[in-house]
Amino acid sequence: MTYITKPQLHHPGLARNALGFTRRDYEGSVSTLCAGCGHDSISAAIIQAVYELELPPHRIAKLSGIGCSSKTPDYFLGASHGFNTVHGRMPSVLTGANLANKDLIYLGVSGDGDSASIGLGQFAHAMRRGVNMLYIVENNGVYGLTKGQFSATSDKGSKSKRGVVNHDAGIDLVGMALQLGATFVGRSFSGDKEQLTPLIKAGLMHKGAAFIDCISPCVQFNNHDGSTKSFDYVREHNEAVNRLDVISPRAPIRVDYAPGETVKVAQHDGTVLSLHKLAELYNPNNRAQALGYLQARQARGQVVTGLLYVDPEAGDLHDALDTVATPLNELNEAELTPGAAALAKINAGLR
Amino acid sequence: MPEQVKPPPVRPRVNDFVVKFANVNGSGSASANGMFARAIIRMGVPVAARNIFPSNIQGLPTWYEVRITEAGHLGRRGGVDLMVAMNPQTWDRDLAEIEAGGFLFYDSTKPMPPSRFRDDITVVGVPLTAMCNERYELPRERQLFKNIVYVGALAALLGIEVGAIQALISEDFAGRPRLIDANFEALKMGHDYVVQNLEPLRLQVRRADKVGDRIYVEGNAAAALGAVYGGATVCAWYPITPSTSLAEAFTGYCQDLRTDPETGQARYAIVQAEDEIASIGIVVGAGWNGARAFTATSGPGVSLMTEFIGLSYFAEIPAVIFDVQRGGPSTGMPTRTQQADLIASAYAGHGDTKHPMLLPADPGECFEMGALAFDLADRLQTTVFVMLDLDIGMNEWLTKPFEWDDARRLDRGKVMTHDELEAGADFGRYLDVDGDGIPYRTYPGVHPTKGAYFTRGTSRNPYARYSEEGGVYVDNMQRLLRKFETAKALMPAPVLHKAKRKTRDGAIYFGSSTGAMLEALEALEGQGRHLDALRVRGFPFADAVFQFIAAHDRVYVVEQNRDAQLRTLIVTEGEVDPGKLTPVLHYDGTPITARFIAGQIGSLMAVGSVIEAAE
Ligand SMILES: Cc1ncc(C[n+]2csc(CCOP(=O)(O)OP(=O)(O)O)c2C)c(N)n1
Ligand code: SF4
Ligand SMILES: [Mg+2]
Repeated sequence: MTYITKPQLHHPGLARNALGFTRRDYEGSVSTLCAGCGHDSISAAIIQAVYELELPPHRIAKLSGIGCSSKTPDYFLGASHGFNTVHGRMPSVLTGANLANKDLIYLGVSGDGDSASIGLGQFAHAMRRGVNMLYIVENNGVYGLTKGQFSATSDKGSKSKRGVVNHDAGIDLVGMALQLGATFVGRSFSGDKEQLTPLIKAGLMHKGAAFIDCISPCVQFNNHDGSTKSFDYVREHNEAVNRLDVISPRAPIRVDYAPGETVKVAQHDGTVLSLHKLAELYNPNNRAQALGYLQARQARGQVVTGLLYVDPEAGDLHDALDTVATPLNELNEAELTPGAAALAKINAGLR
Repeated sequence: MPEQVKPPPVRPRVNDFVVKFANVNGSGSASANGMFARAIIRMGVPVAARNIFPSNIQGLPTWYEVRITEAGHLGRRGGVDLMVAMNPQTWDRDLAEIEAGGFLFYDSTKPMPPSRFRDDITVVGVPLTAMCNERYELPRERQLFKNIVYVGALAALLGIEVGAIQALISEDFAGRPRLIDANFEALKMGHDYVVQNLEPLRLQVRRADKVGDRIYVEGNAAAALGAVYGGATVCAWYPITPSTSLAEAFTGYCQDLRTDPETGQARYAIVQAEDEIASIGIVVGAGWNGARAFTATSGPGVSLMTEFIGLSYFAEIPAVIFDVQRGGPSTGMPTRTQQADLIASAYAGHGDTKHPMLLPADPGECFEMGALAFDLADRLQTTVFVMLDLDIGMNEWLTKPFEWDDARRLDRGKVMTHDELEAGADFGRYLDVDGDGIPYRTYPGVHPTKGAYFTRGTSRNPYARYSEEGGVYVDNMQRLLRKFETAKALMPAPVLHKAKRKTRDGAIYFGSSTGAMLEALEALEGQGRHLDALRVRGFPFADAVFQFIAAHDRVYVVEQNRDAQLRTLIVTEGEVDPGKLTPVLHYDGTPITARFIAGQIGSLMAVGSVIEAAE
């Protein structure tokens, strides 16, 4: 046997959310990634986020491209339909899936090679179309699955494990997402569960194109000195703009954050993002300022993390296309097929 | 001065000739020429009209060929009886194309010396530019109305009823009375000039009753309407000639037929994607999620889509691709017609893949197969191609009226429902429960705890769990072959055209070659050469195709490509002796003609009988 499934034995003592699911119910198969891989921490954060949001797992569809990162949807949300598509093309498949059924929650998982190299075009167009989704790039600055080549997000001057220096400028997907019109843009770090989990929660509940660039060190090929995506580098250069909490209308606030300046942002679906500002007067509602802030910090060698931008009033592709409320995949014959009488009229017009 | 170099000979040719218009692209001639053809249809006489146009918006030469054919030959005949030479750039070649004893119509504002004509044709000059310059002020008006003026002149020369043209003008410009009046006037101007100054030509159109209830429509529009009736809700596409008008027609039909009457909202989603890879990705995503989805493209798009088409084969996701074939690669002959994507489409993908294809012969079949493709894609859980070409897609054809049976139900294939899962049905996404190679699928979100699975290309067992085991892979590939076998019986059956006499010669053809082929068969029969002919309508091929080949000694395979692609598919899929199949190939980018087919097969058969006689 070459596949591994996790035994779904429920520990009687496991806590259950309001839907009666335990955290276990949101898990998937056993990961086959390298021990310590940042991607596994992101999977854990996804599981935690969905559990805390009390979402029924089957109402989520998870899609990915190709890469170590793109394998991970098999390792979380085992009760959700998943689709491991082709390299760099998850955004289009997710767009199509979303068009077919607007009622599911779409989670796209990709890698930096998958999204910033082969799939840069699809990444860009999914953002600008405002596909209602959470799109996470598990960004390790290398091609993990093909064994350590530089990816397009590797910073200029960074060194590969073999000592090769990258001469090309790095692509910052956060900056691109901001420019392309994504309506929720954040960055986090796989090693910072406290920041990442609420960010994922907020992204899942956001209506519109939500993007999280999650730095996720590859312990195999990109966790050495000279790498700008290593655990140590990111810990030292992390500049968090805010910490946030997602308050869904159903549930009372559970977590008590340390006092500090707090801003509440209400989203379309009723969830409230409660932002605990750490950085000096950072305002996440201004796209232009977000870009400026990002670049200013980058110039100082700092990696900005947190929720950089959110438009709480955002719409999505379905709004733009003005589709009916019923998911397109549920329309019945009478709603789809105009019938013989309509056809007779068309024939008459073609004579 | 009006001129008519030769007097018309006595006996007119009625309802059987070819008129070709030579124009400059962008001069507004297309709608006037179209009206000319439609007026003849309104007189009950069938026409077959074809645009031959450049990849250009303005300035290059463009032609429109109208075959007037009471006998109902809808293919191209070959040759031209009346050339309407409105483009000085192409004068010489246009002149050369006229049949001996034929006619040339030209703008005689600047009379040409007789040396610019041919002795064996009749020349008809009408000073169109002079007439229009005198009547109209604005250059654009002079240009546009010149087209209507020559239609009026041609009507008088050919006996086309002015009332039929006026009716079309009134319909086309309904609600714009000033335009109607202006067009009527231009029409009369041309007509009057001929009546006063010239004789009618020996080519005449006479009212008949040969059109019946047929409609006149482009294949792309018909296929788009088929997609509407077939329940397609998601369309993703990227502009490419000659498929663009298919997606545009779908948009138009959806606006009319698929708008929720209460909310005004769309029961469809159309995305103009960033490229063909994204187009097919969107289609695959929508198909995975239970919507009927399609894209329309041409050869270059199919090449870009190849990886996804392969994925759809292995992951077993319904998708429909309308491939409106054109000539050559991107910078080749984008506005010319060919049937040259057969192999690329049939086997698109990496790894062992093959895909069902439907081969419509006219817009009527584009509609039928356009709808059928979605049932097949759902039933077979795979990509289904509908192979149009530029000739069918972008030309208006007389075709049988569209039909729909209101009792018909969309076949959504094997989809396990919430209730079946709840009742404890064993769900294995790639499990061959029924022995036909087709597994059951579930739509995402169907059930809280059952029916979810993880979709990948291969590397999974019948329960969709990860597996790289060789035996598991082989079993799956064998099941996919069984599924392809099942597909055979679902394809539209081939159409047999039996010769009047018993014969051991046969011909196989498909798609837009049909009209020319049937006419060629008649011509060959006139020469005492008898062939049974079989029109192939789907891939995988029906057993009847191989039985037909077995029942004949020599089979001519007629197609519009260089490499005899249909023949290759037949040889490969049926393990047929290639020596039995003689290719007859037309691939210069123009639609195949009856003369070409009859000429080729005629001479090949003559050689065949010489050999037989010698043996
Ligand atoms: C069309 C195509 N080209 C190349 C590959 C090989 N390939 C597989 S994964 C990968 C890179 C993945 O990098 P990334 O997205 O960063 O994922 P990671 O493994 O680093 O998480 C490549 C090039 C492929 N699968 N498909
Ligand atoms: S190679 Fe790198 S990215 Fe891939 S699993 Fe191992 S640590 Fe993770
Ligand atoms: Mg990577």
